[in-house]
Amino acid sequence: MRFANYDSRFTRCLLLLAVILGAGTINVSAARIGDISETDIVGQAVRFFTFQDPAVRYALIGSMLLGISCGLLGSFIVVRKMALVGDALSHAVLPGVALGFLWNMTKDPVAILVGATLAGLIGAATVTLIKQTTRLKEDAALGLVLASFFAMGICLVTMIQRLPTGNKSGIDKFLFGQAAALGPDDVRLMAIVTAGAIAAITIFYKEFLVTSFDAAFARVAGFPAQVIHYALMLLLAFAVVIALQAVGVVLVSAMLITPAAAAYLLTDRMSRMLWLSAIFGMVAGATGAFFSFLGPKLPTGPFMVLGATSVFVLAFLFGPRHGVIVRWLRQRSRARRVQRENTLKSVYHVLEARDFKGEGVSLRELAERRRETIEDVKEQASNLRSNGLVSLHDEGDVIFLTPAGWQLACAIVRNHRLWELYLTNAAQIAADHVHEDAEKIEHVLGEETVRQLEKRLAGMTTDPHGKPIPTLADIRQGTGFSERPTEPTGYGKR
Amino acid sequence: MNLIPSFEFQRVIVAPWTQDIGSYGWIALMGFLVATACGLVGNYLILRRMALVGDAISHSVLPGLAIAFLVANTRSSLVMFLGALGAGVVTTLLIELIHKKSRVKQDAAIGITFSSLFAIGVILISVYASKVDLDQDCVLYGEIGTIPLMGPTPIVRMACVTALTIALIIVFYKELLVSSFDSGLAYSLGINAGVVHYSLMCLLSVVVVSAFESVGAILVIAMLILPGATASLLSQRLPLMLGLTVLHAALSSVLGIHLAVWLDCSIAGAMVVMGAVLFGLAWIFSPQQGLLWRALRSRGNHCQTVPAVLSSE
Repeated sequence: MRFANYDSRFTRCLLLLAVILGAGTINVSAARIGDISETDIVGQAVRFFTFQDPAVRYALIGSMLLGISCGLLGSFIVVRKMALVGDALSHAVLPGVALGFLWNMTKDPVAILVGATLAGLIGAATVTLIKQTTRLKEDAALGLVLASFFAMGICLVTMIQRLPTGNKSGIDKFLFGQAAALGPDDVRLMAIVTAGAIAAITIFYKEFLVTSFDAAFARVAGFPAQVIHYALMLLLAFAVVIALQAVGVVLVSAMLITPAAAAYLLTDRMSRMLWLSAIFGMVAGATGAFFSFLGPKLPTGPFMVLGATSVFVLAFLFGPRHGVIVRWLRQRSRARRVQRENTLKSVYHVLEARDFKGEGVSLRELAERRRETIEDVKEQASNLRSNGLVSLHDEGDVIFLTPAGWQLACAIVRNHRLWELYLTNAAQIAADHVHEDAEKIEHVLGEETVRQLEKRLAGMTTDPHGKPIPTLADIRQGTGFSERPTEPTGYGKR
Repeated sequence: MNLIPSFEFQRVIVAPWTQDIGSYGWIALMGFLVATACGLVGNYLILRRMALVGDAISHSVLPGLAIAFLVANTRSSLVMFLGALGAGVVTTLLIELIHKKSRVKQDAAIGITFSSLFAIGVILISVYASKVDLDQDCVLYGEIGTIPLMGPTPIVRMACVTALTIALIIVFYKELLVSSFDSGLAYSLGINAGVVHYSLMCLLSVVVVSAFESVGAILVIAMLILPGATASLLSQRLPLMLGLTVLHAALSSVLGIHLAVWLDCSIAGAMVVMGAVLFGLAWIFSPQQGLLWRALRSRGNHCQTVPAVLSSE
């Protein structure tokens, strides 16, 4: 079975990473210097890159960890087309954060983690329930849960801020994120959650993969799709919660969606997408930590999101396979090839119309044939010449096909006429309806298909309109076409 | 000081409508106007399954407003309106661009677009904090609590927007109805679906930017979706749904004020919470789709014997 031999190298690497992360967090113990009073940008940048300040280290490590966990889990929600579930879930955790904070009126990471995870899961379950029991569609259910839970959170946050202890609690940092506020406890928790997410994805890679791409097969093969769905929601809630303090409730969803979408543009393999997405998330996290460190009041989350967006824009434009620019270039070269082949075909038609007497075709003849202006035809001719398909004589007024040009022209005309013949003979389509279709398909018929057509149409020498089909001998013959063989030589004899 | 203050009938229920009517009256009116305008437009968003486009536009209005402030340096309504409209159009176009030109699906395209634009907006208002008359809190909670201090202008403006929304919905009732439910019929009646779509988007931008000031970027989504969602649980007929939307707007605004007075919390947040409570009630007790009746009906079905079920049909 194909699913059984998934990339074991990938598995080992992930496990190794999980172990390193787990071990690395034990040594995190220095005191945290939270208050940044300097406003000099260069000085701050130097301070950032020397890593002397523990606050910088915590902010950077934390941001990168959250980038990894969000990137990995975000990949699954992007391929499952659940991107906005991540959005709803991340807004829905706010009341949980506030309740976790109320637990003992401090910013206790564990209490907040528990509260927020519960709130997130309740939110996700409410969306499912609304979808199942009412006429409301998923989009309305998501928006409704997102905003209602968020409003509850806002009410709780404003109530907490009213309390005497609440004002300096830093709960407002949860809204837009401040990586500089990360402490050693936060970073340790982030490392544990990230390691857990990596371990879960590694161990249950096959299950996540199958349920994400082929739900029906997963059910038939006996994978517990429902359990896996809720496990993913749980991991997602964890990832959102540890990201909250640095990114903020409002923008956490972008850290889930954007790096994963960028990775999705670059590869077709899930394992590679996970790697890329984790790396992009890490880069975005580090970018956000750096830029928000430059100024005293700059929030971290928006800079992280813009870092991720920049990666996405680069992938969108320059991706090697699905990038907009690459696709545009590919499309243009295809359009040019079709244009060249059509011009060659017209040259052949001109020659055919005068029974292949005389080899030169003047631009005027060609222009009349193609119903275009002399200038257009001239440009096409020079394009053909630069591709070595024709040579121009008499100051560029007369076109002579080179052997390569003759072969291509014959092949295209042959494709066209074979296809017409096939449509009339095999598909019983009227002869006056087949030309349009053949016009399109002549450029894309592959060698294999042409051989099959030859086999089926063995012995037939003229197309439905009564014109002779260029034979293989014609193609090989080169430009000396005084005599045409009466017997088709290439057809049907492989 | 306790987190939840004690419930004093006099302070919570009576005072806002007697001695504090001068401030709470205006707040209630503003909340009602915002929720009505948003809810009426939101009804059509829900019908057209475009609720999350509302989500996207309400977030991306922020950079539009910030840039309009920075460029024109005034807070006049026209500048704000143009900025927000520009942002709304850019959002729609970007979503289309990402969705059409790459293999990223529409939901992810929406998520990427609005979060990026919102991030730009937040950075602009924190970098130019001294120049832009907006702060992060306003973005989240809105400033509906300060409406009584700001004179009649914001309320008059919002009233105009609400009146415009109602007028447009009455005048183009048929076009909106037909194009929302049956695009084929709309086409055969000569209704240009594209024009209707983009007009609705423009109206949405206008409503969102007017509501933004009062309730902030995220609570706008609740104002857009909650009234229509509640109404659609209670009725299947559009005129009745629109009426219920207005009723929901009024109730959530008034009840929200009481909740905010009692708990001393964000007024806009409390209005949305009460709106969500109303939705929850409708979800449970709705005559046709309610959870309660559903549960009763399914139990009834279990008790019936097979011939009884057959004969009842």
